[in-house]
Order: sequence, then structure tokens, then C-alpha cells
Amino acid sequence: MPIVLYRVDERLIHGQVVIGWGNELRPERYLVIDDELARSEWEQDLYRLAVSESEVVFASVEEARRELEGWKSAPLRSILLTRDIGTMRRLAEGGLLQGEQVNLGGLHHAPGRERVLPYLFVSAQDRDDLERLGAEGVEVSARDLPDAPGVPLASLLND
Amino acid sequence: MSSGDEARVPARGVVIAHGPMARAMVDAVRRIAGDAADALRPLSNDGKSPAELSAELDALMGDEPVVLFVDLQAGSCGMAALSSCRDRARRVVVCGVNLPMLLDFVFHRELPVDEIVERVLERGRSAIKAPKFEG
Repeated sequence: MPIVLYRVDERLIHGQVVIGWGNELRPERYLVIDDELARSEWEQDLYRLAVSESEVVFASVEEARRELEGWKSAPLRSILLTRDIGTMRRLAEGGLLQGEQVNLGGLHHAPGRERVLPYLFVSAQDRDDLERLGAEGVEVSARDLPDAPGVPLASLLND
Repeated sequence: MSSGDEARVPARGVVIAHGPMARAMVDAVRRIAGDAADALRPLSNDGKSPAELSAELDALMGDEPVVLFVDLQAGSCGMAALSSCRDRARRVVVCGVNLPMLLDFVFHRELPVDEIVERVLERGRSAIKAPKFEG
């Protein structure tokens, strides 16, 4: 079963993902790609407590790039999460996510970020990473919940 | 510090929830219990990054015992609350907050934290029911 959702969301595993997308997509596993979290066992424990009925895998970008094909062909339905656009861009490098759809679900206000949507604030580096994701053949759009309208990458970059 | 010392410092409650829920719950406690609701602080995750939410949560708490009442464990509120309790023996997270448990908390917050948690969990659970008329 393929990875049913690739999502950038700085909250990673949280209500919108578990309830909103979870009821729609019925994931059995969460793949959290983050170099820092992959080294932090206590933080991993926090996320596992939150979704104790599902499998949660933490991996660095390097590990994820090695495991991606295996995850795609595994029997478990998976949601893959990164907490920033740069991490998804690094995962996608070299065409690894070519033809896949990446969902931008939540990046909040922070210094250097500008508001694009109520739930999406991006920096100049984020814009550059989004362009590079597009150039890697990834279809990027923003949508916080499944029943919300999707906003395509071109609209995001033109704002 | 012994549990007897804990009992001398009343616990504070922090309600952390999505959207306007926390403020509404604390307001509901105030309407029922009056100034006892001063023991509760509401915190919303609305529009906040995980770092912002954690910073605001830390700012609400001092060295006193704290019970963090969370709406949903599998969410940013739950994560922030659990993170704040790391290495803090006198901070406890209670997930699935409801009004009966908050009302019980504000009148028993001088108990040791472990006893408070036991009470509010029991009150919260027992208040969830589907009453039916006989006959």
C-alpha cells in the first residue's frame, strides 16, 4: 500500500493529522522524518503515547531516503510527515518523490516568515525549497484538512 | 519534598485546548463555582507553533504543583503539556478534560497532586454516562 499522504506540518502528529486526515485515510503507520527527533528517544516516546494504536517510525532524512521504496511497498498504510519544507525537499532530492503529491498542512508564524494562508507562513528559504520541490517533479499544494480547498504551488509562490 | 509539603501549596490548573475551548471551560467553571475558577488558567493552541505554545505554557507555571488538563492527547496541546512535564515531578497531565473534573479540581487542589489526579480522573469518568428513564 503506498504512502497515502506526504505532509509538511510543524506539529507533526496532532489533531488535524490523526483525526481529520486519519478518519479519511485510515493510516496504520506514521513515518516521521526529522533528523533531530530521530536522535531524541524521549520526544519519540511523547509522539508514540499520542497514537498508541498506530505504529510510529522516526527516521533521519538519510535513513528515510534508504527506506522509502520499502515503505511504499509495505502492507501498512502510512502517512509521512516532516515539520518543515526543507526536510521534505531533502527527502525529494534526486527525484525520489517524483510524481508524488505533498501537502502543506501547517507552518505557523515565526520571525522571517510571511503569511500565505491562515495556517501557512513561509520564509524566503521556504519559497526556494518549494520551487525546488516543484522542479523535482513533486506536486505541492496546501490544504489543512481533507474537506478544505487545496491551494496549488503556483498560487502559493505568487502571493 | 514530601507529599505533606505538596499539600501545603495548592495546585494550579492549566487547561490547554483547541480553539476557544479552554477559555470557555474556565468561564463555565467560574459561572458554577465562582472565584474558585481563579485556580485555572486557559491556554489555546490557536495559530501557535509548537514552540510558541510551549513558551506560553511555561510562562503560566511556576514552582507550584500543576495539573495540566488537556482536551486531546494526540494533538499539539497534549504534546506541549507532556513536554513541559519532563523532569518535573509536580506537574501532571490529565487528558480528556471535562467540566466535572475541573469543578472537582478547584475545590480539592490542596491535596497532594497524586490524589488530585486520582480524584479528577474518577470524577471525569463517572460523569460520562447515558442516563435512561425507567419504564
